[in-house]
Amino acid sequence: MANFIDRRLNSKNKSTVNRQRFLRRYKTQIKKSVSDAVTQRGVTDVNSGESITIPKKDLGEPVFHQGKGGINDVVHPGNDQFTTGDHIERPQQGQGQGSGQGEASDSGEGDDNFVFSISKDEYLDLLFEDLELPNLEKSQLSKIVEYKTVRSGYCAEGVPSNIDIVKSLQGSIARRIAMTSSKRKQLKELEAALVQLEQDPHDNIKKTKELKKSIQDLKDKIAKVPFIDSFDLHYRNYAKQAIPTSRAVMFCLMDVSGSMDQATKDIAKRFYVLLYLFLTRTYKTIDVVYIRHHTQASEVDEETFFYSKETGGTIASTALELMDKIIKERYDSKDWNIYGAQASDGDNWADDSPKCANILEKNILPVARYFSYIEITQRAHQTLWQHYETVAATQNHFAMQHIKDVTDIYPVFRELFKKRAEQAA
Amino acid sequence: MKKRAPLSDSPEWTFDLLGEYQTEIERVAKHYRLDTYTNQIEVITAEQMMDAYAGVGMPIGYNHWTFGKKFIQTEQTYRRGRMGLAYEIVINSDPCISYLMEENSMTMQALVMAHACYGHNSFFKGNYLFKSWTDASSIIDYLLFAKNYIADCENKYGISEVESTLDACHALMNHGVDRYKRPQKISLEEELKRQKSREEYLQSQVNNLWRTVPESEEVKNKPKPRFPSEPQENILYFIEKNAPLLKPWQREIVRIVRKISQYFYPQKQTQVMNEGWACFWHYTILNHLYDEGLVTDKFMLEFLHNHTNVVAQPEYNSPYYSGINPYALGFNMFIDIKRICEHPTEEDKQWFPEFAGSNWLDTLHFAMENFKDESFISQYLSPKLMRDFKLFHIHDNDSNNFLEVSAIHNEQGYQKIRTALSNQYNLSNKETNIQIIDAKVNGDRSLTLKYTPHQKIPLGDSKDEVIKHLFYLWQFEVKIMQEDEQGNQKILASCPIKTTEEVP
Repeated sequence: MANFIDRRLNSKNKSTVNRQRFLRRYKTQIKKSVSDAVTQRGVTDVNSGESITIPKKDLGEPVFHQGKGGINDVVHPGNDQFTTGDHIERPQQGQGQGSGQGEASDSGEGDDNFVFSISKDEYLDLLFEDLELPNLEKSQLSKIVEYKTVRSGYCAEGVPSNIDIVKSLQGSIARRIAMTSSKRKQLKELEAALVQLEQDPHDNIKKTKELKKSIQDLKDKIAKVPFIDSFDLHYRNYAKQAIPTSRAVMFCLMDVSGSMDQATKDIAKRFYVLLYLFLTRTYKTIDVVYIRHHTQASEVDEETFFYSKETGGTIASTALELMDKIIKERYDSKDWNIYGAQASDGDNWADDSPKCANILEKNILPVARYFSYIEITQRAHQTLWQHYETVAATQNHFAMQHIKDVTDIYPVFRELFKKRAEQAA
Repeated sequence: MKKRAPLSDSPEWTFDLLGEYQTEIERVAKHYRLDTYTNQIEVITAEQMMDAYAGVGMPIGYNHWTFGKKFIQTEQTYRRGRMGLAYEIVINSDPCISYLMEENSMTMQALVMAHACYGHNSFFKGNYLFKSWTDASSIIDYLLFAKNYIADCENKYGISEVESTLDACHALMNHGVDRYKRPQKISLEEELKRQKSREEYLQSQVNNLWRTVPESEEVKNKPKPRFPSEPQENILYFIEKNAPLLKPWQREIVRIVRKISQYFYPQKQTQVMNEGWACFWHYTILNHLYDEGLVTDKFMLEFLHNHTNVVAQPEYNSPYYSGINPYALGFNMFIDIKRICEHPTEEDKQWFPEFAGSNWLDTLHFAMENFKDESFISQYLSPKLMRDFKLFHIHDNDSNNFLEVSAIHNEQGYQKIRTALSNQYNLSNKETNIQIIDAKVNGDRSLTLKYTPHQKIPLGDSKDEVIKHLFYLWQFEVKIMQEDEQGNQKILASCPIKTTEEVP
């Protein structure tokens, strides 16, 4: 006896809950792995998920088991050289002769790390859990930038292609019923009278004739009510609705003067990667503009931005000026959400710092959604920081943080973007 | 034998064709007196197979991260192409559920049906361990009950609480088995009926045990009986019945894990036999069909290719070697028993006077029904097979700096190899011998476990972690000790960890 059952169409994600339980349990390890992985990516690479590495020892499910040592008796197959009483040198540990370690390791692969993939969404969720874009809600609708056509009820006028047939015919039926009701009532009465008259044994030819005529008149009148009238017609109505733009531009500003070494640039890069990933959660299309500067600023591509060598002094205001210029030329703040991130080691001409603060406050901050400044240095703050501090005191969509080394990036990033409610409190 | 027109050997299977093959296989299985539960054959996709894998043989499992981990592991290795999926999974239930994978060719489906639906199935129904320790008719219901109960607990008490309890239970799962006392069979209705009353009853028993009402002087002066009066090896059972602070629902979860552990215990003890039996029958049944002309040469070549892979035994120095392949050992032992019955040599007559030359089918059925791996090997492993496998015995004493070859496949070595191999499959040698020897019901409520080493093998490193889990369940001090040769007790691990001054 056997029953065949085709289960192929059943859901195949029976393990989804358990998988989520697993992610939930190892959240701390996974988060660590995720934040480490950020550094391995290109700035704009967001389409891939991420492979997560967790040390196997953290995953173990301990059970009582026999350890190494003691006396082990094991039978092996394939004897090709041994006779009873032979002594063999004890093989080095882990060389696979497996002198009866019992169930000590069920992995068979030794101490590999446990590696698995999470999807892009899972990755971003983990990376940016509890974070949000500052100023997002407040200014979204105040700067309406795009319209979308949506259905909004019916109207009496319109182009023929927008006629809603069902709605119009409903109107037609209703109108016809309304306009003919009194006549049909009369008709009914007359017909009833006619029947009565015909049953009457006496001849009432004239009366019958009159009745029949008025019945016919009424029927004609009812038939004259038009099947459809312009009054019935309903047109679908469309309205334009404002939607916030899903486009954003991210300006990466970096000091590439002689004092910035590759390590500092890498730290900055990680910060930009995080910011970019974070923006992709909210915006569909994101432009990235790289502006580097020493005593002059220029717009470059990603590769040059991070890896080309430059020397010279530093005038940070040139970069801000260029950014302002590019915004004016290409990124109208009505159409674009503008984000800026400036990274520097804090060096700047002392005279230039007030100018920076000024451009920022007058030109950039009014149009930008958010501007962050990170200073990557081990030394004491210089003039740029001090001037920016005064800006930060008055502008709440400007934030600045100090990064000492690589490990600070993620915490600092979280600090910059943690939920506004907390920040306000 | 009258030749019949062969069944289609096209690689594509259809449900009709599956049915035809099934009918023929069933006919042959009946011919060889294979008694089976009704088969429920489910066709699934590779993804579903991975789900089934992750459920470690439970068709309905409660939710826990460890199954998620298994799933991710399976998925990773499968995706990287490191591992093919098993051809089948079969569940010891009535009706007996077996899974066929969609991707398999018709030949493979036939192999799997003969292997799982008639081989394993008849083993589940016939072997004494399964008969007396598991109840195939109720397991699906019980697993469903367990899943719902645990989901219910998650709703009531939170996922984290339930997860910690399950973690702790899983750590002690191997010690949740009655090895000598036969457990009662479980059925769903009874389980539900009893569960409510049991909650209250269990708790009242526990309360009684931990009563702190002052006793009269008279009672106090009598020597206190040791508790438990005899050492207990079923730690989970002891916890379920006696842990002082466990909540009723936690006791029920301990019980569920214990029951599931008990359900799988026979499978652990009959790996070689079970797989050997199933391989023997897919081999025999399909060859029988071939002799009748029902399957073609093409079919047989594909079948033999797969069969040979399954029962291959790499040699000790091969890179693929990872111990003795239970499929290979079991299959060859059953083939060998048949040979001894049909064509016994002088040596066989001397070694196996009871059955050499007897009816092979009777002998095989008897062997399947009445043994487990350990006894099966010590009873039936023949010198010929030891020679074929070229078995040799390595004695590794860590007080020597060398390994010793203490026996090989020759006249002097046969008995020794057979005993050693049999011991290798003795679960009580492989698993740690740990017993609860003392629970201080009248004192500080501490719990003491004792580890008795087998052949001086020390307890593995994970003991500290496991003790932590046990502490979670017991909630008072837990320690595990070992007695050395002089009879001195040494504490191996304890939780909470004590500083040395405090140890008496």
